[in-house]
Amino acid sequence: MADQKASTSIEAVESGLAAQGYIASRQIATAVYLSQQIEKPILVEGPAGVGKTELAKAIAAWRGMKMIRLQCYEGLDEAKALYEWKYAKQLLYTQILKDKLGEVLGGAQTLHAALDQLHDFGDVFFSKEFVEPRPLLQALEQPGGCVLLIDEIDKSDAEFESLLLEILSDFQVTIPELGTVSAITPPTVILTSNSERDLGDALKRRCLHLHIGFPEQRLEERIVESRVPGISQTLRRQMVGFIHEIRSLDLKKLPSVSETIDWARVLVLLQAAELDTEIVKDTLNVLLKYEADIEAAAPQVTTFIAKAARSNVFG
Amino acid sequence: MRENLHRFFRAARGVGVHVSPAESIDAMRAVAQVGISDRAVLRDALLLTLAKSRDEKLALGDCFDLFFSQPEPRQDQPEADNNDTPQDADRTPSSGAPESLGPLAQMLLSQDRNTIAAAIASASGAASLSDIRYSTQRGIFSSRILDAMGLQRLRDDLEELTATNPALAERLRAALDALREAVRDTVSQGLALYAREEAENLRNEILRNAPLARIERRQVAEMRALIRQIARRLRERYSKPRKRQRRGHLDVRRTLRRNAAWGGVPFLTAWKRKHRDRPKIVALCDVSGSVAQVSDFFLLLIHSLHEVVDDVRSFAFSSHLIEVSEILESKSPEEAMSEIMSKVGFGSSDYGSSLVDFEKGFMSSLTPQTTVIVLGDARSNNLDPRADILRRIADRSKRLVWLNPEGRLAWGFGDSEMPRYATFCSVVRQCATAQQLERAVSDIVATYQ
Repeated sequence: MADQKASTSIEAVESGLAAQGYIASRQIATAVYLSQQIEKPILVEGPAGVGKTELAKAIAAWRGMKMIRLQCYEGLDEAKALYEWKYAKQLLYTQILKDKLGEVLGGAQTLHAALDQLHDFGDVFFSKEFVEPRPLLQALEQPGGCVLLIDEIDKSDAEFESLLLEILSDFQVTIPELGTVSAITPPTVILTSNSERDLGDALKRRCLHLHIGFPEQRLEERIVESRVPGISQTLRRQMVGFIHEIRSLDLKKLPSVSETIDWARVLVLLQAAELDTEIVKDTLNVLLKYEADIEAAAPQVTTFIAKAARSNVFG
Repeated sequence: MRENLHRFFRAARGVGVHVSPAESIDAMRAVAQVGISDRAVLRDALLLTLAKSRDEKLALGDCFDLFFSQPEPRQDQPEADNNDTPQDADRTPSSGAPESLGPLAQMLLSQDRNTIAAAIASASGAASLSDIRYSTQRGIFSSRILDAMGLQRLRDDLEELTATNPALAERLRAALDALREAVRDTVSQGLALYAREEAENLRNEILRNAPLARIERRQVAEMRALIRQIARRLRERYSKPRKRQRRGHLDVRRTLRRNAAWGGVPFLTAWKRKHRDRPKIVALCDVSGSVAQVSDFFLLLIHSLHEVVDDVRSFAFSSHLIEVSEILESKSPEEAMSEIMSKVGFGSSDYGSSLVDFEKGFMSSLTPQTTVIVLGDARSNNLDPRADILRRIADRSKRLVWLNPEGRLAWGFGDSEMPRYATFCSVVRQCATAQQLERAVSDIVATYQ
């Protein structure tokens, strides 16, 4: 019975994401389903432009939750990711409250007594009101839960990873002055990485590891269909077939899904009915981002178009 | 199913996927969620929770396919314990077999393939097939499994039948042969599943201790992979920046300077730190004849230590000397080596003139932080060894290490100039196998830590 439920739930995830315009493969849907069920973050790896960030957006839109995004970069630290004290506010308040403080401490005869009285206040200036929550803390404080996207974690320093460990495994952070803040509702955490550097084992262990590669031809056609509705079926098949041929070349940067979608939009704008050498050569710079790549691919264009057209007949 | 999952985790470790207890718990929870009826979903779930990189995903995917291509014993007999399976099989309808026969004979004669497969699987559990490590153990595991299935009883039955019912005995014998074959296949599969890591370790161990100069052509690629592995290990060990402060040692001068503004009242303290150099290496490699292979691997190793070593300059020589750093940086190991060989290789070695070349062109590259490594057999064909140049090299550098592929016994015999060179070297060591190579390089890097 449980099995039945699971597979229908996975399908529900798939259709839910599809309603937001994100066509997920079954692997992706399984990952999303599991991350929700066993409350684990998903670490998404894969080449640039295959929809890693889109996935987080689609989940947030589907569940109707807020998405909080933390873009990682070199030098990102606690103060920018987790929380910071509002120093200016603290200073301002001490100035405003100066008289009040004088009143309170007026009765004290000795320095010792004054200090004791001051202690009675507790740490007024290090309380919740003076904390500026940054994305990670914000995510924990959302009452209805949220989708926390930690984007391009591989760009951050190794130390930052260690900072994330507590939030990833227990959904809580420890602020020395305030104590431990636990999540009201555990957020759905998505981490993305372009594998620029190897992530630590401790981080990987706490996550479900999802690798999104280039999609299969059918899937990519469906993605194009949902993203660029105005494109005809023949052209769609042809162009996706063509891109799959291009990906077999040894290029500096292979065109990924985002390039496919861009190209489809361009072709629709140019009102192309089907692929021909002329139009492909003119628009190749949408697909390939390096001059060397364009030069390498240009002589093959005619063959690839022919191949794509042939597979179209049999497909 | 739990039992099966545990065995799968072991198989996963066998293919090199690191499965920690925490990960196995996650996998269990995931499996509990998705269930086991849909194999594709199960595969995805396990891949998601256990594999942590793309390579691991591929390896684990293959492992999954292999593992679940064998029948699952639990599917047919959900309540059965390993030991009482033969009794369990008793209940299966026997097709015309006499009641006096043992359970195994009845099962074989009934030709019920599912039951037999399930029995084999249970018996391999009882014989702990997952402990198999070497291919030489195949025989013993096969016989253990057959014993667990009740081979002894079957033999008795066969003997009895030969006398009473020869036709049935013949049928049983054929079935037994088929069973043996099935068991052998199961054991082979078990070996492929559980013993891969062990076999690889063993092969690597042998390779590590094989003399580099004499390895066969087909092993060169494996050796390159091994050297890369060694390089990775050394990188992991030495590349972490270790800011070890010498705690408790006040740096008086810096403290005074820093607190000058407060009239020398030490508000801020400064502590002494140990200064650490990253290794600078100058490598001189003999690429003539017998030493070439060792130099090849040595250069590969040194040049894959980017993160650990600040600066490497390599020189190759036989009769004269050239710098090869750039060739090694820009080309693949194979191409680089063949280019170096075509430039300087295959000559008869002349250490004297090569050292002269080095002194003329590159002596200025030596600093007091440099470790100079000479790799060669010091056989100079009775030409002038110019040990005086080596002395000057030793004076200018931090350390001079000589790695000699020949054994200590051969040093000083024939045209070997090793004893004359050795007086100026900080360390002279034999370096003929991958293991010795690793130790030598590890020691060199460690002196900088």
